[in-house]
Amino acid sequence: MAEAHIPSLLLESAIYLGAAVLAVPVFRRIGLGSVLGYLFAGIIIGPWVLGLVADTETVMHFSEFGVVMMLFLIGLEIEPDKLMELKLPIFGMGGLQVLLTGGVVFGLGAGLGLDWRLALVAGMGVAMSSTAIAMQILGEQGALNRPDGRSAFSVLLFQDLAVIPLMILLLVIAPGEQTSQGVHMDWLAILKAVSLVVLLVLSGKYLLRPVLRYIANTGLREIFIAFALLLIIGVSILMTLVGLSMALGAFIAGVMLADSEYRQELELDIEPFKGLLLGLFFISVGMSVNLDIVMQQPWLIVGLALGFVAIKLALLFGLAKIFKLGNAGGLMFAVTLSQVGEFAFVIFGAALDAKVIGFEQSALLNSVVALSMVTTPLLLLGYNMLYRRRLNQRGRDKGHDEFEEARPIIVAGFGRVGQIITRLLTSAGIAPTVIEHDPNQIELMRNFGYRAYYGDITRPDVLRAAGIAQAKILILAIDNAEEALETARYVRQHYPEVKILARARNRTYVFDYMDLGIDSVRETFLDAVNLGELALRETGYTPFQAHRTAWRFRQHDEKMMRDIHPIHTDMQKIVSHSVRSRQDLQNTLRQEMDEAVASFNHNAWEGGSAETKA
Amino acid sequence: MTNQVLLLLAHPTLETSRVNKKLLQAAQGCAGVTVHDLYARYPEQMIDMRAEQALVEQHELVVFQHPLYWYSCPPLLKNWLDTVLSYGWAYGEGENVLTGKPWVHAISTGGSDSVYQRRGYNQFTLAELLRPFEQAARLCQMPYLQPFLTQAADTLSDEYLQQQAETYAVWLSRLVAGELPPVVDSLQAESAQYLAPLAEEG
Repeated sequence: MAEAHIPSLLLESAIYLGAAVLAVPVFRRIGLGSVLGYLFAGIIIGPWVLGLVADTETVMHFSEFGVVMMLFLIGLEIEPDKLMELKLPIFGMGGLQVLLTGGVVFGLGAGLGLDWRLALVAGMGVAMSSTAIAMQILGEQGALNRPDGRSAFSVLLFQDLAVIPLMILLLVIAPGEQTSQGVHMDWLAILKAVSLVVLLVLSGKYLLRPVLRYIANTGLREIFIAFALLLIIGVSILMTLVGLSMALGAFIAGVMLADSEYRQELELDIEPFKGLLLGLFFISVGMSVNLDIVMQQPWLIVGLALGFVAIKLALLFGLAKIFKLGNAGGLMFAVTLSQVGEFAFVIFGAALDAKVIGFEQSALLNSVVALSMVTTPLLLLGYNMLYRRRLNQRGRDKGHDEFEEARPIIVAGFGRVGQIITRLLTSAGIAPTVIEHDPNQIELMRNFGYRAYYGDITRPDVLRAAGIAQAKILILAIDNAEEALETARYVRQHYPEVKILARARNRTYVFDYMDLGIDSVRETFLDAVNLGELALRETGYTPFQAHRTAWRFRQHDEKMMRDIHPIHTDMQKIVSHSVRSRQDLQNTLRQEMDEAVASFNHNAWEGGSAETKA
Repeated sequence: MTNQVLLLLAHPTLETSRVNKKLLQAAQGCAGVTVHDLYARYPEQMIDMRAEQALVEQHELVVFQHPLYWYSCPPLLKNWLDTVLSYGWAYGEGENVLTGKPWVHAISTGGSDSVYQRRGYNQFTLAELLRPFEQAARLCQMPYLQPFLTQAADTLSDEYLQQQAETYAVWLSRLVAGELPPVVDSLQAESAQYLAPLAEEG
């Protein structure tokens, strides 16, 4: 009775989340990786084992949105200029990969006496790799900025583009009528598609940024997130309307925002959605493994899956060699792309609709695809065992290669202090990563050609996205002294390797930073010393004498701060120490003056004292 | 007996130095040698007289390691001499704490020995050019020892430099052990022996 009141959406969510929460940590712990955990969870709750969830297909369509979000995030990481540099790998490697894999599978199929249409559809499907799995792996392995990772990404991008002509090809080879009409329709479709992409690029460049600033200015985080989601979903709908891949649209939108100041904020907000949906996607892949069919022809299906993976591995590795990747990189590239991807489901589905292949064949192929996805995490385990240790060693030897990528210095705050630090560092050729939470400040400095990221440095996830793990120095230049101190505490605790440079509001903060073992610069102290120096000049000191006196004062004061650090909680001791210390300084300065005078009033240089004494 | 050796390094562009950086590395490995990098300690070139005097008092022997700049030392070392060797401490009335503490240079020169000869390219010998230091040491009643020379610094080979660095480490540890190079006195010998025997071998 009570059961009837639970909405099925809630119940199913509970099942999916529960399965993921149970399976994924276990798989992570035993070193099999999260993807395999999701796939396993999917198989278990799917219709063929426990049968907890009925509507597999809807879930899969919905969760494909995780892939869309992932491509948006990838787009955010790639600035338009960098995309231009990838032209050759995208069209060269990607094109060759799709043609070769498709061709070999088609040739084998036709050679074995299959229907040529079935062989062609299988070839088209098998040529695709799983963006979801591959990008997850590249991210987990930190390979996105390496040559092998970039190549793999380029090939995936080409596959995304290739889906469109492949779908058209499907219509062309469909048996029976309406072929001519299909071709006729395409010119209009292509025109629509092209104009939408142009529109997307232009609005990304000129429209999105002001809108984002307007929304960020409201200071409502959930509205910012809502807008980010709306943006992705909106673009996806538009792309679907003109027959392009949603993922491609999201990718373009991402690229257009890659050099905007909201990049990190967008990344942080979309990331959890992407992660969950992607997990859901993997679960639904697991559910779609049709165990009935697998049980009927286990050897055929396992054999086909392994065969496809083997063919892809061989071709990809060969391709990697042609494009001059090393052995380790080439193998990583091949393993990453060796599975048959989610686009294959789409292609087989469309082929079924167009009656190019039959239901049995489509179910069989789908199971093969799902199974091939299971092989990738396992292959990766093997790869890691083979190469990890060696790669680690090499990385250590030429230690300077790595930190060229991530910026070694992070400046938190782009106000009056942060700006000067950034200008100084930039003029020395060390451009830092700058983070600022005030959109107006970012916009102002953008006019001068400086670029800061929008984000709140006190949030651990922002720190992480800014690359704190790879950074060498964090400079705390934000105005809120308490927040700066909190951030320093957090970083000191979680990233003890990072050197923190802080600006301390007053003496109390200097001591707080000393407690943490952090060097700080006392706000207004140097200004005051400089003003004092100018005053000394006005009283008749020579410029150098004034400078020397101010310098002596500074040294003395800094030493005193160190001296009273151990007793700084005891106000009385501080006062007495300070009084004594002030007298010391006065004495020292007077004494030095006396000595200077004395050294000109003796007759040592007349050969007097030293000789007579000796 | 063992000496605590204070090595005062003065090199304004150590980051691009070849010879002095290498020698410094050798020195840093020597027990009993305190390396004090003046340009690192005083980037603003304002010298803390009291701290420096205290440092000198804690050591038995002072080594000045520097390149030869315009026939003299880099400016911060001159500044150090002007500031630290104060009246009543280093010379003049008072207790003259420096008496008997040896003073010795470890100098690198761009030119080879042959250009530092009478009527040669530089007209004067190194011994002659360094006489202001010699006399300063004498005024402070410090024995002025034969310097450690690394010449032709711009052209010497990596192998020779490596060997020279090892020689330097030996030279320093001998100072620590109390085996001192001979005292130079230009008044006694017109052409004072300036090339340390060890360096001559190379």
